[in-house]
Amino acid sequence: MPETTMAAALNTALADSLERDDRVLVFGEDVGKLGGVFRITQGLQQRFGETRVFDTPLAESGIAGISVGLALAGWRPVAEMQFDAFSYPALNQTISHIARYRYRSRGRAPMPVVIRIPEAGGIGAAENHSDSPETYYAHTVGLKVVVPSTPMDAYDLLVQSIADPDPVVFLEPKSRYWSKESGELKSGGLPIGRARVVREGGHCTLIAWGAMVSRCLEAADLAAEDGVELEVVDLRTLVPLDLETLAVAVRTTGRAVVVHEAPMTLGFGAEVVARLVEDCFVNLEAPVLRVTGYDTPYPPATIEEHYVPSVERILSAVGRVLSY
Amino acid sequence: MKVEEPQPLVDQEPADVPFRLLTPDGTLQGDLPPGLDRDRLRDLYRLMALVRRADLEATALQRQGELAVWAPLSGQEAAQVGSAFALQPQDMAFPSYREMGAAVVRGVDIVDYLHFYRGTWHGGMYDPAEHGFGMISVPVASQCLHAVGWAMGAAMDGKDACALAYFGDGATSEGDFHEACNFSAVFKAPAIFFCQNNGWAISVPLSKQTAAPIHRKAAGYGLPGVRVDGNDILAVVQVTQEARQRAVDAGIPTLIEAVTYRLGPHSTADDASIYQPREEVERWQALEPLSRYRTFLESQGIADAAFFGSVDEEAAAIAAKIRAGIAAAPPRPVHEMFQWVYEQTPQHLARQRDEVLHGGQDADA
Ligand SMILES: Cc1ncc(C[n+]2csc(CCOP(=O)(O)OP(=O)(O)O)c2C)c(N)n1
Repeated sequence: MPETTMAAALNTALADSLERDDRVLVFGEDVGKLGGVFRITQGLQQRFGETRVFDTPLAESGIAGISVGLALAGWRPVAEMQFDAFSYPALNQTISHIARYRYRSRGRAPMPVVIRIPEAGGIGAAENHSDSPETYYAHTVGLKVVVPSTPMDAYDLLVQSIADPDPVVFLEPKSRYWSKESGELKSGGLPIGRARVVREGGHCTLIAWGAMVSRCLEAADLAAEDGVELEVVDLRTLVPLDLETLAVAVRTTGRAVVVHEAPMTLGFGAEVVARLVEDCFVNLEAPVLRVTGYDTPYPPATIEEHYVPSVERILSAVGRVLSY
Repeated sequence: MKVEEPQPLVDQEPADVPFRLLTPDGTLQGDLPPGLDRDRLRDLYRLMALVRRADLEATALQRQGELAVWAPLSGQEAAQVGSAFALQPQDMAFPSYREMGAAVVRGVDIVDYLHFYRGTWHGGMYDPAEHGFGMISVPVASQCLHAVGWAMGAAMDGKDACALAYFGDGATSEGDFHEACNFSAVFKAPAIFFCQNNGWAISVPLSKQTAAPIHRKAAGYGLPGVRVDGNDILAVVQVTQEARQRAVDAGIPTLIEAVTYRLGPHSTADDASIYQPREEVERWQALEPLSRYRTFLESQGIADAAFFGSVDEEAAAIAAKIRAGIAAAPPRPVHEMFQWVYEQTPQHLARQRDEVLHGGQDADA
């Protein structure tokens, strides 16, 4: 079985989508000759030409705003925002237009737009290069929010997102770009909107997405040495949220910890906990805890390890949940 | 030395020919800008040379893992030093991430400045008010609006002061740049927009950023626009001095386009050979600002070998100071992560801080 990095899987997903549908366009800052600052679009312009894969001026609001017009003209824009925090200048277009054009037009003007955003920290980057903006997008109705955690799934989810008739904010955990997985890149696996149990275990369920899935798996490996079996659920999609899979998992174990890198207050974990309390209250043996980034700006690189949820913090939360 | 001029980046009309006082081979055309005596003329060279050396040192430190990232400015020393030199102490400069040259002129300690790039502290460790030098701004073009607001505030206070925003050619594509130009003209804010057109925004050439020369955009906002040879420090000093005068005397903001070149990569994370043509780099290398200005100083008898020797010594000492200062700087204590989020740390944050410091197994003080 060939080994693939997440970066290569995403590149192949873009290439296959450009190949399959000649209405797909890929654009953004530095995506052309350079192939993107993370090289996710490497070689695409050479292969598909400058009309279908192109550099834009340095203008995020412009990038999101032309996506609206291109979609109305019958194209399928796949836009890249260079980093998490640089998607903020585009929030107006994303929130005011991309997310609600279908609704306002009574279904007559769909927005098959994908906005790809490298997100989250853990790579020692400078300021404004490590944010986890998922809550801004998840709180904006009309957008789907997808966060892959492995190369194979990243391929599948991106192909599906590009084919999706609705706008998708596709968050790429940049610390996982170079993670490897062996297997065949194929689409048509679990659909958008379905979570996945990536590890079974009867004592407590860990719920995560993106970069924190592998961190939870590390924690589960360590806990297993002490005889504690942790289940790990990868949400894959924050909107729509797969409540069924979550509820089944949590009903079985009766205990859950949600792990994410964004600050705690109103982080997406708050939504997950609320839903679990509503759906599974009688099955819960303990409060559902959250292990998250702190309510501070994402800190400077030399102390970020104290901010990003560590295996120790996850296990300490598990310990508290198990003590009930 | 006769050097071949680079092709213009955008088609030129007569009005687009950059203002210039020094020919590429270092000959003075016309008069010196007012107020530049021999000491100050020498100082301009000294500052450029120190900045060049500090830039090379920062790149080396990044290669050794001491800095997380570095955005080099070699090739742009004249634009940065010249423009900052034309400011008064009471003025305020608003930088992007590439303005160490201006920072040095404003008296910011280089090690304090470099802490941003080491990942020690987001804003670096300097005091913006003390040096009239704002905090490094990474979101492209965002600082242009800060400069306008500061200028409006200074004007309302009746101060004899202006604000200068530094940004690149790519930044002129962002909405914030356009909003800033418009606000400044409407409110007669004493602002200077100082664009270092270095030809590239990461991998994207100027021609993909704009179809019109940058200085001409000013007309659309009702502002004067000036194009200057950004590798000619004397010309940069002069146009910035004039812009400052217009700003504080008459509330007229100016858009200055300093035509220069990014001789290094965009940042240490970048491979410029993928997109920058070699011949282009070589052509601009021949026009780089230090040797041009040095030729001028030598030919006019303003500086001699002893002077250049002493500058080299000072530069070496500064490089050593940077190296020692950076290597000696540990990460900031973790409690600082929580310290300045609000003036008074709210309870929920205090609890999170205490958990990091005392509670969790990963605690660290
Ligand atoms: C809003 C925003 N979008 C994207 C980026 C990523 N980025 C950093 S620098 C840069 C290029 C800027 O080019 P230019 O304005 O010409 O300035 P230069 O770097 O050449 O000094 C880009 C795209 C950013 N920092 N901010």
